[in-house]
Amino acid sequence: MNPVLFAIALVFGILFFAAFVIWIERRFLALVQERYGPNRVGPLGLVQVIADIIKILTKENWIPPFADKGVFVIAPMIIMVTVLASFAVIPLGPGIVASDLDVGLLFFLAMSSLAVYSVALAGWASNSKFALLGGIRAVGQMVSYEVFMGISLLGVVLQTGSFSLVAIIEAQRRLWFCVPQFVGFVVFFIAGLAETRRIPFDLPEAESELVAGYHTEYSGFKFAMFYLGEYVGITLISSMIVVLFFGGWLGPWLPPFLWFVVKTLFFVVVFVLIRGSLPRPRYDQLIGFGWKLMFPLALANLVATGGIVLALAR
Amino acid sequence: MNVSFIVAGVVAILATVMVIVQRNAVHALLYLIVSLFALAVTMFLLGAPFVAALEVIVYAGAIMVLFVFVVMMTGAESSRVEPRAWIGPSILGIVLLAELSWVLLFAPAAAGRVVGQVKGVSSKELGIALLGPYLVGVEIAAFLLLAGLVGAYHLGRRHSPPSLPKEGA
Repeated sequence: MNPVLFAIALVFGILFFAAFVIWIERRFLALVQERYGPNRVGPLGLVQVIADIIKILTKENWIPPFADKGVFVIAPMIIMVTVLASFAVIPLGPGIVASDLDVGLLFFLAMSSLAVYSVALAGWASNSKFALLGGIRAVGQMVSYEVFMGISLLGVVLQTGSFSLVAIIEAQRRLWFCVPQFVGFVVFFIAGLAETRRIPFDLPEAESELVAGYHTEYSGFKFAMFYLGEYVGITLISSMIVVLFFGGWLGPWLPPFLWFVVKTLFFVVVFVLIRGSLPRPRYDQLIGFGWKLMFPLALANLVATGGIVLALAR
Repeated sequence: MNVSFIVAGVVAILATVMVIVQRNAVHALLYLIVSLFALAVTMFLLGAPFVAALEVIVYAGAIMVLFVFVVMMTGAESSRVEPRAWIGPSILGIVLLAELSWVLLFAPAAAGRVVGQVKGVSSKELGIALLGPYLVGVEIAAFLLLAGLVGAYHLGRRHSPPSLPKEGA
């Protein structure tokens, strides 16, 4: 397939999938809270998101007069660009990958560390105290959690001997990495929750104290980019979990691509159920949890994996 | 490769100039990120994808921390840079420029040899080099970082009288 066409199809496919994830979240959250959720527009309410998009696109493109205009406009774009760019290295099936980079995993980490800028700059450019507080919180949280997000993945890299995501999936033919790298999986999952700023890690936009945090001043299409960006981020983290720990497209009977989608959907639903069931911690608890529990755990996992790989190689 | 190399180089130079001429510190930081991106692209084109990825990961995180410091030190509204602050960096920049011109003008053979040797370096080769012949350098860098860490901990530790109950107790 023409690479340009493939890239365009990939971007639109992911955006549609993210819109579908929004529907899944609203229906599942409703289920958890004994409501119906959106069920009027289209079959099962499936077209609700399209209706919302049309509504939000027709809104006024407003920039607050006190905001730093250039940065204010760039900030929501950064999150969309970085999250969508990460999908370039994710293999959706055998041969279905935009770019099988040698350093695919590092590319993903680089993009996720850039996504922080979106939130921080949005908070700064809004020039309002709630937004700034949310932005600064996001920086502290995401920079901390990124550290052991990277370290938790090194166990997988050690076992595979490569940063390429295709090679990582191929290395899981005999056993999915969620078994030998269980600690790595747990740490990555928690760090992934924090990177997407979902409950219980949604302190940057804690509505009970910060109005809406970093996107307080955003409305219309720019807000939609943050909103959709969050769901594309959930899709990204879910598919990364599947690729790194649950064998990617590998599986019996079903076609490989379908396996990938089914596994990704499973983790998307887990993300939603977590949002429906957990409270929000205090900020110092959040940072302490990261540095005092998750970080040593990830380090210990790395050392143990390194030792075992070395012992087996002898 | 040449076209993308030239584009990346021009972007790096322009972005670096913008870092210097911006009066708003946060805008300057943004251009600094763009400049580092362009450098990462250059690294990638020169056959060092590992270094390119690390450049983005490490510097993106580092500049983010710098951003927080700018906001904390100068306040969110008035993050202005005085033009006088650029005197020192300009002198250092001129020294580097002189060195580069000297290499290009008077030692073109050496410069050509360096540019001509482009070949891919895998992350494995880089790791072997770092933990083999350059092990001492790596260890010294680790010492420096540890010293920085201890220093930061010393500066950031709480100066509360012992009579107050400890937080979280």
